[in-house]
Amino acid sequence: MRFMMLMIPKGYETAAPSAMPDPAAVAAMMKYNESLQKAGVLLALDGLHPPSAGARVSFSGGKPKVTDGPFVEAKEVIGGYWMIQVKSKEEAIEWASRCPASDNEVIEIRQVQEFSEFPPDIQQAAAGFPERT
Amino acid sequence: MTATDNHRADAHKAAHKAIDAVWRIESARLIAGLARMVRDIGLAEELAQDALVAALEQWPESGVPRNPGAWLMAAAKNRAIDLLRRNKLIERKHEELGYQFEAGQIAAPDLDTSMDDSVGDDLLRLIFTACHPVLASEARVALTLRLLGGLTTGEIARAFLAPEATIAQRIVRAKRALSAARVPFEVPRGPELTARLSSVLEVIYLIFNEGYSATAGEDWMRPALCEDALRLCRILAELVPTEPEVHGLVALMEIQASRSGARVDASGKPVLLLDQNRALWDRLLIRRGLAALGRARQMSAQAGAYTLQAAIAACHARARAAEETDWECIATLYAELARLAPSPVVELNRAVAIAMAFGPAAGLELVDALVSEAALENYHLLPSVRGDFLFKLGRLGEARLEFQRAAALTRNARERDLLLDRARILES
Repeated sequence: MRFMMLMIPKGYETAAPSAMPDPAAVAAMMKYNESLQKAGVLLALDGLHPPSAGARVSFSGGKPKVTDGPFVEAKEVIGGYWMIQVKSKEEAIEWASRCPASDNEVIEIRQVQEFSEFPPDIQQAAAGFPERT
Repeated sequence: MTATDNHRADAHKAAHKAIDAVWRIESARLIAGLARMVRDIGLAEELAQDALVAALEQWPESGVPRNPGAWLMAAAKNRAIDLLRRNKLIERKHEELGYQFEAGQIAAPDLDTSMDDSVGDDLLRLIFTACHPVLASEARVALTLRLLGGLTTGEIARAFLAPEATIAQRIVRAKRALSAARVPFEVPRGPELTARLSSVLEVIYLIFNEGYSATAGEDWMRPALCEDALRLCRILAELVPTEPEVHGLVALMEIQASRSGARVDASGKPVLLLDQNRALWDRLLIRRGLAALGRARQMSAQAGAYTLQAAIAACHARARAAEETDWECIATLYAELARLAPSPVVELNRAVAIAMAFGPAAGLELVDALVSEAALENYHLLPSVRGDFLFKLGRLGEARLEFQRAAALTRNARERDLLLDRARILES
């Protein structure tokens, strides 16, 4: 099973566009990332710039509307993610529990949907563009 | 049962699942560390199991400790010291000692170092020991999944469609054989390393292929073997990062695994590579596979067999549509593979690639040279491929005979139907 571990750092919703993490925290996180890699469970990971450097596109009334960051109404924003492959949700939780995260941080664990979980009609729709012949 | 009882049962179940997860993560390192101390992987595994039993007794009440790996190691070590004391008494009585304990080694090691710095070396020793060539390959597979994959005997039995007692016995015998052969718990050095490493890679790829050959509707433990094999090989690549073939095998398995969502249709029928919907291929695994292939290629001018197979798989992965496949490149890679490990099956694959690149006549020329090959006498793909070339060249009568011959040789019912259909069409 594949899980995404989403890092939600409290306060990141108002961080300046140029905000950079603390070097000591980065070093600890690198060690953690290495432990995931050495255990053969890490598939991918990325850190994200703060939302103040991003934008949101909403679709109220069917029309795309762009709002530049920061987003005043946002209570939680994502700071980065890990994609891991493990045997169970409990294993994903165990890995998340080992993260050297700080007081203000929360990790949300979400399972990635597999194609084979969908019923046939959704599979057909999700199979995307028709096969080229 | 009262509501409190229910609540307690649920909490108990949750704790067991959490312990399973910890076991999955810690067991290999635990067994590896213990094996270094007691110099016997059978005993190391028993000690680790004892620690697991202690955890199952205590953690549901106390909660999972902050550092579960260290907790398990400490519990196993205490158990080892108890055993040592008891064996010392026996020794006084019998003079003979079943296991060569070294007292200092068991009491002394500092937990932090044994869990950190040397853990890689311990794991590597465990991998090489479990995959030792004194063992038959099925014994190596079972022992590897048990000691390194953290699978239970029951899970291995389900994955291999075998009775649990058979697998249990296989593991017991394997451990006994390692003791009898006095296989040292160490990483081979120098020229021996290459030979021993190929034994390890062979075991990992066997596990992967067992999972890959699982058909729809079978126990999910079977396809899960692909993930177990990939995880093991990714771990190995971290432990011996300078060995190109390890990266080659990682690449091969990542790319093959990327197709798992496209390999069968909705009714469970297998879909051939060229007919697969490539939108269903897993791009993340392809990207990882191509990166691993790049590492393997960079490390060595002469690519090994896994790296070459990965390179062939990569040619397919890079093609956005079947007709964009670089068959010339694939034919060249098969030629390289044939030079490295000559085999009529590789030659047959090369013929298919040649036919795709340069037309059926060029392919037929190669296949005709294989017809007298004794190793392919009963191999259904030879007449099947030859029939296909003849069909494309308009030699329909000969093609029909080849399809019939292939149908008589295959043991797969679906394939037989397909071949007989092709033959029947050519009858009129």
